Amino acid sequence: MSILLSDISKNFGTFAALDHINLEVPEGELVALLGPSGCGKTTLLRIIAGLEHADKGRVLINEEDKTDQNVSQRGIGFVFQHYALFRHMTVFENVAFGLRVKPRRDRPSNDIIAKKVHALLELVQLDWLNDRYPDQLSGGQRQRIALARALAVEPSVLLLDEPFGALDASVRKDLRQWLRNLHHELNVTSIFVTHDQEEAMEVASQVVVLNHGRIEQQGSPSDIYDHPANAFVSRFIGQTNVFDLDKHDADWLQTAGLLPPHSDGKIAHVRPHDILIEKSTADQAAPATLKDWQHLGALIRLELVKNGSNGSAAPVFAEMPNDQFKQLNLNRGDKVDLKIRQAHWFH
Amino acid sequence: MSQSSVMPGFRPTIGFTLLYLGLVVLIPLSTLVFKSFELDWNDYVHIITNKRVISSFRVSFSTALVAALIASFFGFIVAWVLVRYSFLGKPFFHALIDFPFALPTAVAGIVLATIFQPSGFLGKLLINTLGVQVAFKPMGIVMALIFISIPFVVRTVEPVLLEFESSMEEAGSSLGATRWQVFTKIIFPNVFPALLTGFALAFARGVGEYGSVIFIAGNIPYISEIVPLLIVTKLEQFDIQGATAIALTMLVISFVMLLLINVLQYWVRKRSGQL
Amino acid sequence: MNAVTQPINPAKLVARQQLALQDPDWVRWTLIAIAIGFISLFICLPLGLVIFQAFSKGVAAYWSALSQDDTIAAINLTLLTALVTVPLNTVFGVTAAWAITRFDFKGKSLLTTLIDLPFSVSPVISGFIFVLLFGAEGWFGEWLIVHDIKIIFAVPGIILATLFITFPFVARQLIPLMQEMGNQEEEAALSLGASGWQTFWAVTIPNIKWALLYGVLLCNARAMGEFGAVSVVSGHIRGLTNTLPLHVEVNYNDYDVVGAFASASILAGLAIVTLILKTALEWKQGNR
Repeated sequence: MSILLSDISKNFGTFAALDHINLEVPEGELVALLGPSGCGKTTLLRIIAGLEHADKGRVLINEEDKTDQNVSQRGIGFVFQHYALFRHMTVFENVAFGLRVKPRRDRPSNDIIAKKVHALLELVQLDWLNDRYPDQLSGGQRQRIALARALAVEPSVLLLDEPFGALDASVRKDLRQWLRNLHHELNVTSIFVTHDQEEAMEVASQVVVLNHGRIEQQGSPSDIYDHPANAFVSRFIGQTNVFDLDKHDADWLQTAGLLPPHSDGKIAHVRPHDILIEKSTADQAAPATLKDWQHLGALIRLELVKNGSNGSAAPVFAEMPNDQFKQLNLNRGDKVDLKIRQAHWFH
Repeated sequence: MSQSSVMPGFRPTIGFTLLYLGLVVLIPLSTLVFKSFELDWNDYVHIITNKRVISSFRVSFSTALVAALIASFFGFIVAWVLVRYSFLGKPFFHALIDFPFALPTAVAGIVLATIFQPSGFLGKLLINTLGVQVAFKPMGIVMALIFISIPFVVRTVEPVLLEFESSMEEAGSSLGATRWQVFTKIIFPNVFPALLTGFALAFARGVGEYGSVIFIAGNIPYISEIVPLLIVTKLEQFDIQGATAIALTMLVISFVMLLLINVLQYWVRKRSGQL
Repeated sequence: MNAVTQPINPAKLVARQQLALQDPDWVRWTLIAIAIGFISLFICLPLGLVIFQAFSKGVAAYWSALSQDDTIAAINLTLLTALVTVPLNTVFGVTAAWAITRFDFKGKSLLTTLIDLPFSVSPVISGFIFVLLFGAEGWFGEWLIVHDIKIIFAVPGIILATLFITFPFVARQLIPLMQEMGNQEEEAALSLGASGWQTFWAVTIPNIKWALLYGVLLCNARAMGEFGAVSVVSGHIRGLTNTLPLHVEVNYNDYDVVGAFASASILAGLAIVTLILKTALEWKQGNR
């Protein structure tokens, strides 16, 4: 079901946590709320859930105004950052909880509850743990039980607060893939909060970038990466080199083949893979010197020093495939020519 | 032997600890056991089955039980209010909770007796409105024991409520539970073991309590005479044997009850996934 | 018992603001009313009464009650008792906590349980066991009579009974704290060349000082206020073996209400000072 947020604002004292947020999430999407810590993303999620009141604005789920409805009546599924599993209940009872607390006339019979719980536990591939207590589970298992518990009440939307935040790096990778597949299977409108841009890009079908309580950009992962709306998004998503025309970088950029824009942009953001490198033949006029490099698996990251600048200037990073780097046969201290394929210009 | 061989001082500290424990606690306490060997079984049974002795046990245990139950109920509410709500004067009330703990029992005794005696402030009020006399009745003992029990219950429940993960409650609400369901199904089961501990501590203290009780109890044999007072009475009559028999019985019953409560607690924790 | 005496930093008692945790207003106000009513009835009223009764016959009567020789003797005996028992039990508490938390040995949990033992013994029985040891019919009774040493119905008996009653207080405070602290800091000091004593004074004591003071405070309050155990061993000899709590009882039973409440108000004052210091220490510990 679709979610519509209109003009949501929230202050904590004098601090504006959310500042006139308007957001529409179409049915069936898997949306990431992405931003640095303190940007208001968790607050926004909690307002959608009804765990927190907005000072201003409306929350509509499936075109129904839910703003004044209590969390227990909204019919949302919420997965908490540290899972918030009920410590005193078994895994089975945790998942069954939402069904057991329904008013008597809506409450399914014990048989149906058991059947449903087992189906959900199978869905998250943990049926064999049904009589364990949460303290006896690993982080990844708790995560999946928390998800099964939230799904048991057949929520209209699923909200996840930093779903992978408390997990080991290796478990996190597996669970990302798994969550994506599960979403494909269930197709329930979902929003998750994350501060990890890689995670957002990998899992979500739509990414909403938040900063200082405002939405900076909303779009598909490739939209956001290829066409960042502003300097903040460009810098927050992926690696980028920043060049400031006012700080003597204009001439240097021209030698690297990048002409100033027709617009009045003053700052150029260049992705490392948009810098092409060749061994220089004209030693003196070469724009850069190779200082060092690091292996990033299939890619090599090269650290370059701009020639003609003093030593304290920021290094320029470029990336290229491993085998291509080997063909160039470069050594530390070699002069290199470069060609900047494209840049994003900001004020 | 030692957890970390670099830490110095194991021999002297453990030596002093055991010596001091032995001298101050174990040897004196064991005299009670050895002294009771001087009694033969028939004498023992004769002393213990005396009607006045049995009545005093009944009075002590029943009043302590009732007082611990009442204190647990209200103590839970007090702890809840202190942790969950904000209101004017909260730090003041928070500090006052330990007053029964800090106030010498004899002072508590004469104060409560003064309040609840028929001419006292509350005593008069209760007689005039409800026709109930509290002082010199088991009811008076219960009042004194409630006073003594308050900090035991509040101070064991408070930290558990404080540490309680609020996200568990939010999870309950998000799954559609009403506030009452969240309380009965999520909060209370998690706090219950602590409440049980508080109850047990209050009960154990109540059974042995002496100073705060004797002034308000009236100490009428068969009605409001508690076991500790009976021991003192026997002692004043130089009936060492009688005092020994009663004291030992009381000690054993207290220990057995503490043991049972510990077992119960283990069971409750295990059942609620806390072990 | 341990849980009861664990400090809670009042600063942590800030009501939570989350929406889902809020109770309806009527529930909140009803519960607050019940709690305040209960505390007022069982705590504020007794507190007020001590103060009221002590001064009910005027300040002059209060002073004359307090300046009687017997009262002064009772105050002195109470102070003496605390002065002997509190330092002894403090040294024991620190030593026992060091042995239990810094080393691993067989029977450790038994030892910890035994330290708590005096808490679960009725005060009357606590006094009685010393009568069994040192009384006229006790184990050492005859020997003591022959050598003309008085323990029961004399000051040593009062001190011994108080020692037993207040035995666990300091140890109970320190053991959980030092357990939680671990010994990394002490190991670091030792690795830097400090001696055992230097490590103890420079690292351990600064870390446990507030909890130690807290334990000493509770120990002292109980040592000065103990009634049941002391009552059994004292013999109630006025001017000689009456501590302040016993003096309260004697006056009360003699229908000297002003005298009883004058002495009681000193003890109530002690309780109030204890509460204030305790609250201050809780803030200190919380802000560590």
